[in-house]
Amino acid sequence: MTFELETAANPEGLKRIVIEPVTRVEGHGKVTLLLDDDNRVHQARFHIVEFRGFEKFIQGRPYWEVPVIVQRLCGICPVSHNLGAAKAMDMIVGAKLTPTAEKLRRLMHLGQVLQSHALHFYYLASPDLLFGFDSDVARRNIVGVAAAYPGVARQGVALRKYGQEIIRITSGKRVHGTGAIPGGVNKNLSPQERDVLLKDIDQVIAWSRDAVELIKKIYCGQADFYNGFGYFKSCFMSLVREDGALDLYHGGLRAMDELGQTIFDHVDYSHYWDYVHEEVKPWSYMKFPFIRSKGREEGWYRVGPLARINNCDFIPTPLAEAERKTFKVFGGGSATQATLAYHWARMIEMLHCAEGIRELLHDNDLLGSDLVSRGERALRGVGVIEAPRGTLIHHYHINENELIVRANLIVSTTHNNQAMNEAVRQVALQYLDGQTLTEGLLNYIEVAIRAFDPCLSCATHAVGKMPLEVDLVDAGGNIIDRLNKTSDGRCDA
Amino acid sequence: MSKTITIDGLTVPFREGQTIMDAALSAGVYIPHLCHNPEFKPHGSCKLCTVNVNGRNVASCTLPAVEGQQVLSDIAELNAERLALTQMLFVEGNHLCPACEKSGNCQLQAVAYYLGMMSPHYNHFYPQREADASHPDVMLDRNRCIYCELCVRASREVDGKNVFGLSGRGIKTILAVNSASGLLGDTDLAVTDKAVQVCPTGAILVKRRGFTVPIGQRVFDHLTIKDLQTGGGHE
Repeated sequence: MTFELETAANPEGLKRIVIEPVTRVEGHGKVTLLLDDDNRVHQARFHIVEFRGFEKFIQGRPYWEVPVIVQRLCGICPVSHNLGAAKAMDMIVGAKLTPTAEKLRRLMHLGQVLQSHALHFYYLASPDLLFGFDSDVARRNIVGVAAAYPGVARQGVALRKYGQEIIRITSGKRVHGTGAIPGGVNKNLSPQERDVLLKDIDQVIAWSRDAVELIKKIYCGQADFYNGFGYFKSCFMSLVREDGALDLYHGGLRAMDELGQTIFDHVDYSHYWDYVHEEVKPWSYMKFPFIRSKGREEGWYRVGPLARINNCDFIPTPLAEAERKTFKVFGGGSATQATLAYHWARMIEMLHCAEGIRELLHDNDLLGSDLVSRGERALRGVGVIEAPRGTLIHHYHINENELIVRANLIVSTTHNNQAMNEAVRQVALQYLDGQTLTEGLLNYIEVAIRAFDPCLSCATHAVGKMPLEVDLVDAGGNIIDRLNKTSDGRCDA
Repeated sequence: MSKTITIDGLTVPFREGQTIMDAALSAGVYIPHLCHNPEFKPHGSCKLCTVNVNGRNVASCTLPAVEGQQVLSDIAELNAERLALTQMLFVEGNHLCPACEKSGNCQLQAVAYYLGMMSPHYNHFYPQREADASHPDVMLDRNRCIYCELCVRASREVDGKNVFGLSGRGIKTILAVNSASGLLGDTDLAVTDKAVQVCPTGAILVKRRGFTVPIGQRVFDHLTIKDLQTGGGHE
């Protein structure tokens, strides 16, 4: 691991290279590199520069409002936050979901993961993958892809549109609807709505298969380069179903270490804090979670498509399962650690979503009218879901008046924080160390970050407890003063 | 032969004792308003329903109709003032429509849409206002109160309880609750009271009902506020 590159021993006099903003990711972030006169890398950090504050400002709001408020964390995967919060509120209202409610939520979620994965692969990642990481920057974008590969670009747009239509039909709007409510959902599917979605689903599955083939071809065509790019080993964490299957909506927590050994399995997520701890660092608005039993040095982990495909025993839809097996064979039978394998795993998941949608659309429970259930009230609720980018934890406490008094959100990108920093450092050492920096080389850093499909807007929701470090630097780059605000609000000069 | 006034050139009949607003609504003519509700005595405070009568600007909800009045309502000058007043209502409170459960059923929001409000225009005050969730079935969120006093009137005139009242002056006005603790939970308010049903915004809410009506089935998803209040169809 490269913890030694987190903070340079002697930053004075080092050159500072900044990549800001990191492009083709959701939200705003930057990378800073500190290099010496020979361009050797001494420090590499991935910073999140947004500041949100949702955990604070939902305090004092009624619990039934929360699933709708918190989805404003994000415009890309609001459904994840809507569902994560709704699952937490299910606990608070003591609900056991009706089959109709659970299946409608699952449909909404699969539609969302499909559109989000399509957005990432086609709009954000494909310019790197199709043209090369250091190709001409003028065309390394979705417009360039549309010009050179119009069929691919069209599929990306159409896949995203289909997923967005599912979200619109199940939640009322393509972005920021109101589908999931505490204890259930607020609408079912009409036969007409179902038929509209059924009309195109076979085409969506076919396009999703094309997408898997495309990334497989790209990856395997440069297997050594892709396997080695930003390579490092880490633990993985995700939800799995009771029988070990991939399940994006519900399950128990499973984590494996860097050797593929189980750390914990089928953990009831309502006590996630017994297994995961969040560390704060003074140079980032984003926290650094790690698995308690492994400690902060070895317990950081990855979440998201790669973690899920590595962690699950099987995928419960046939086409995606066949692709998972191919992926597994390619990885030598054990967990695949390659950073760029995220892209491949993501497309396998997109295929799974398309298959899962077709299966659900043939289930008449979606047309049912039993939408909401209630049970014994609780003052605490935890909801966990596998969002497109990985495990998403929503945790709330309410008071006797039904108002939120405390909230904790751990979003996918936060889980991946240390891993993204590790990827940045590995790439910096592999490709930038001692080199004359070019735009193309700096894009290698961004390619490593993009593999995770980070959502930086989602990842910076905390307020009030963030430590902060302010350096006063003179013209020669020497630090002449430093002010620290600790996580308890104390300032040390 | 009945008596008549004209509103924007249209001849509108009225009965003795009706206000201009009464006559307009009876005839299907919409004059924007928020504090007025035909079930209650006129209040004349929001000023959205200001019209020009024979050259003078007056609140149409309080001015009795008189034979031969020439009323101007749907004119650019008055609509601009209505828009400004609505924008001021938005910035004086904390009206966060995207997260508000009244969205789609809210008269303030519907009036804003009707008047073509595209932004708040003025700087937000972001006032510190308290929410009161002490009642088991009803929540009072003062962030969204526009001081129309419909709940005050409903509680007194229909429920016979006197639960609500306005306290303070000017920008420091608040909707007060008539109990020793000042909390809603210590009043005799019932969830079935008219005062709970009459709020035009999301200030008084029945608990645990938020967002149960899906988008597409809310009052203003298909109707404008003009349609709703004049019994008209789609525009």
